[in-house]
Amino acid sequence: MSLIDNLLDYLRGDTKKTAVVAKERLQIILAHERAGRNANSPDYLPALQEELLAVIAKYIHVDRDMIKVQLEKHGDYEVLELNIMLPEDKRAGA
Amino acid sequence: MPKIIVVTSGKGGVGKTTTSASFASGLALRGNKTVVIDFDVGLRNLDLIMGCERRVVYDIINVINNEVSLKQALIKDKHCDNLYVLPASQTRDKDALNLEAVGRILDELKESFDCIVCDSPAGIEHGAFSAMYYADEALIVTNPEVSSVRDSDRILGILAAKSKRAVEGLDPVKEHLLVTRYDPKRVAAGEMLSVDDIQEILRIPLIGVIPESESVLQASNSGTPAIHLEKSDVAEAYRDLVARFMGDEVPMRFTTAEKAGFLKRLFGGR
Repeated sequence: MSLIDNLLDYLRGDTKKTAVVAKERLQIILAHERAGRNANSPDYLPALQEELLAVIAKYIHVDRDMIKVQLEKHGDYEVLELNIMLPEDKRAGA
Repeated sequence: MPKIIVVTSGKGGVGKTTTSASFASGLALRGNKTVVIDFDVGLRNLDLIMGCERRVVYDIINVINNEVSLKQALIKDKHCDNLYVLPASQTRDKDALNLEAVGRILDELKESFDCIVCDSPAGIEHGAFSAMYYADEALIVTNPEVSSVRDSDRILGILAAKSKRAVEGLDPVKEHLLVTRYDPKRVAAGEMLSVDDIQEILRIPLIGVIPESESVLQASNSGTPAIHLEKSDVAEAYRDLVARFMGDEVPMRFTTAEKAGFLKRLFGGR
C-alpha cells in the first residue's frame, strides 16, 4: 500500500475488513450445509420406502411418487412420517 | 489405555503431516510409546518430513497383505527413542487400505504402543476415511482461511456420523481444534480470521495455535520435525499442544501481535 492509502485508511478508520466478511460468509454457508446434513434422511430411508412400496403394491396399486417417507425433527424428538396417497376409487383386490 | 488420534482437515496443504510429525515426536518426548502412520497411500510424505525416507523398506500395504510382519515395517525414529513410523505405500492403490485390515493393524499396535497417530490424507475419500474411522480423538488442523474452515466443518460432520464410535453408539470422538499458519499481525489488521472466529464457527475446543513461520519450511528441508527446532515459535507452539493434550494447563501463546505504532501503520511494511 502506498503512503497515501495507508494515511487514508488510518484517517478514515476501519473500512469493512475482509476477515469480517469471511466470518459472515462462513456462518451463512455452514448453517446451510449443516442443515442439509442433519435433515438429510438417514441411510435406511430410501430402502424403507422401497420395501413399503413393495408391500403396499401387493394390495393396492399405488404410484411410486404417491408414497413419502420423511424424518422430521420437532425439538427433542424425531417423527417418522409415512404418507401414502391412495388412488381414488381404484382399489385392486388382493 | 492406548489412544488412536487422527490428524485430519479435509483440505490439503494446511499442515497435517507437519503436525503429525511434530505431535507424534512430542508425545514420544514425553515418554509415550508412539507410532505415527501415514495413510496417504500413493502420495506418501510423512517419511520425508520425519527424515526417514531412505530407510523405508516395507509399508502398511505390505503388512495388510501379510507379506511382512508389522515389526518389519516399523521404522524407528532417529530423534526419539519411543517413536516409530509406519510409512504408506508409494506404488499400490489406495483401495488396498480396507477398513477391516486397518482395524487389525491398529489392534496389534495397541498391544505395544500408548499413542497411535494417524496422518490422514486430504479429501474425504477412502484413505481419509480409513485414517479417521477408528479414532478416539481427532486433531482438526485448520488454517484461518474460508475454504479450510468449511472443509474442517465437513470433516467434523463425518466424524460425528460415520466414525466407528458414532456407528457403534460409543462416546463420540473427542475433537480438538488446531489452528495453523496463524498470523496475529494480519488478524489485528482485520485481514485474517481470528482464533476466536474459527472457534465460534466450528464450535469445538481449541487445543493449540501454530504461528505462520519460515522455520516450518526449514524443518521439512532437513527432515527434522519442527518440534525439534531450536528457538522457534513453531517448536514451542507444538510443545504447548502436546502438553495440553497430555492434560497440562498451558495458556495460549502466539495469538496476539505487538501493536504497531502510528508511524508503522502509516508507512506500512512488516
